[in-house]
Amino acid sequence: MAIQVRIPSVLRRQTNGEDMVLLDGVTLGEVLDGLEARYEGLRGKLRGPQGEIRRFVNIYINDEDIRLLSGPTTPVADGDEVTIIPAVAGG
Amino acid sequence: MSDVQGLKCRECGAVLPVGPRAICEECFGPLEVTYDYEGIRRRLDRDALQSRPRSMWRYRELLPIDGDDILGAEVGFTPLVRADRLATQLGVRALYIKNDAVNFPTLSFKDRVVSVALTKAREFGMTTVGCASTGNLANAVAAQGVRHGFDTCILVPHDLEEAKILGTTVFGARLVGVRGDYDQVNRLCSQIADRFGWGLVNVNLRPFYGEGSKTVGYEIAEQLGWRLPAHLVCCMAGGSLITKIAKAFDELKMFGWVEDAATRFHGAQAAGCNPIVTAVKDGSGEIKPVKANTIARSLAIGNPADGYYAARTIRESGGAAEDVTDAEIVDGIRLLASTEGIFTETAGGVTVAVARKLIAAGRIPRSEPIVLVITGNGLKTIDALQPTARPYPVIEPRLEAFEAAVGAEAASSISSTVASSSTFSPGAAPSGAPGAGRSSWQSR
Repeated sequence: MAIQVRIPSVLRRQTNGEDMVLLDGVTLGEVLDGLEARYEGLRGKLRGPQGEIRRFVNIYINDEDIRLLSGPTTPVADGDEVTIIPAVAGG
Repeated sequence: MSDVQGLKCRECGAVLPVGPRAICEECFGPLEVTYDYEGIRRRLDRDALQSRPRSMWRYRELLPIDGDDILGAEVGFTPLVRADRLATQLGVRALYIKNDAVNFPTLSFKDRVVSVALTKAREFGMTTVGCASTGNLANAVAAQGVRHGFDTCILVPHDLEEAKILGTTVFGARLVGVRGDYDQVNRLCSQIADRFGWGLVNVNLRPFYGEGSKTVGYEIAEQLGWRLPAHLVCCMAGGSLITKIAKAFDELKMFGWVEDAATRFHGAQAAGCNPIVTAVKDGSGEIKPVKANTIARSLAIGNPADGYYAARTIRESGGAAEDVTDAEIVDGIRLLASTEGIFTETAGGVTVAVARKLIAAGRIPRSEPIVLVITGNGLKTIDALQPTARPYPVIEPRLEAFEAAVGAEAASSISSTVASSSTFSPGAAPSGAPGAGRSSWQSR
């Protein structure tokens, strides 16, 4: 078991077309570190220079927005699903 | 020929060619349509607009389309009503209602954005269109999508108001209810757009869709006799509309079509879903998502994509943001209905109630012209009013029964109506009367 990370199409050029990546980590931040280590092209896209998650990047752990949890320090466990999704307009 | 230059990231400035995309590949920032404004200014004359049909498409050079095949040519140019009775109630001098509660064809401002999005979807060769919606957008995509021969797929929270469900399925559109709130529907839609390649109007057609909202601003300016109001109050869900009205005003100022007046933009939300108001009030400008819980379902977006820009528009204009309770929303609906004869949905109740609150608090001065943007129709959200519906007598069809039930009260009000109309002089007529208000704001 590991943590499943879902990649949106806008980032798949950097992941060689992969839409699902399996990674390990104890916190969300570690998972993102692992993601960027595997796909160097993602570095700087999800997180800004200070390591902050970019304003228009939405990340969910299972079904919960990480901004309603503890952001990058939110703990993750085997079997969790991390979903990265761009913001969508209102309706 | 097209005056559209491309799509530019609002965050990092990266430029991409026009296509069904909404997100910057560099930083995830939203893409915005850019125009050759110099070219438009050279070729388009303000006075030339006068002879064009009264629809939002009279401003077509300022909309992001490339061809001549416009879908929804009848949409927009809704009334701007001088609201003197409401102004008296609120204690202000000049108040106007931009009434998109009577927009064509589905009675909300969403008809505008869908008209642009579907025109663009046709240009892109798409055959299926859809959206994630809190209701009004679903209605608009269903009606216009079906009419223009698209297959449709519309996703909404499963527990929406009945009128908004029916107002989607009646057109024969494909509707999918999702067990979740709007933000979850939204997220699913983003994944669907990734997989199916459909034209989802507020996902991959978002840059074009959003531009349709600018026409609210152009129309307000033109209907005020090419003037801008000192104050504009607008409800906020995803936050796009208020930023697009501001963009429209900026463009008109750039063209020299209006005086360089500064409009203060005031944003309205329900207390049960107020992430943009919070971002303005706490001074951070950053959106912290909330779990929405309000009767204003059409505004129940806890994670507003354009919230950051909406907050910035408000703050930079010197405006305010405020929220109101569900009870205040219902009061707002009743106040607008009972003064101006305009029945708006819960979102409009939010706008009216917030305007009242900001005026009472001195945030909107009583002497300066105000426009309230009313975005949707009350017949779609009657559920919100039913618990407080006004009781009325039910009688047998006999005059005696009528006299017993209504009798003295009706008789006295009839005689007072006769008395007051006999003393009416044209000069003292409130400009809420047909024609009177119109001429007074056009000549200001």
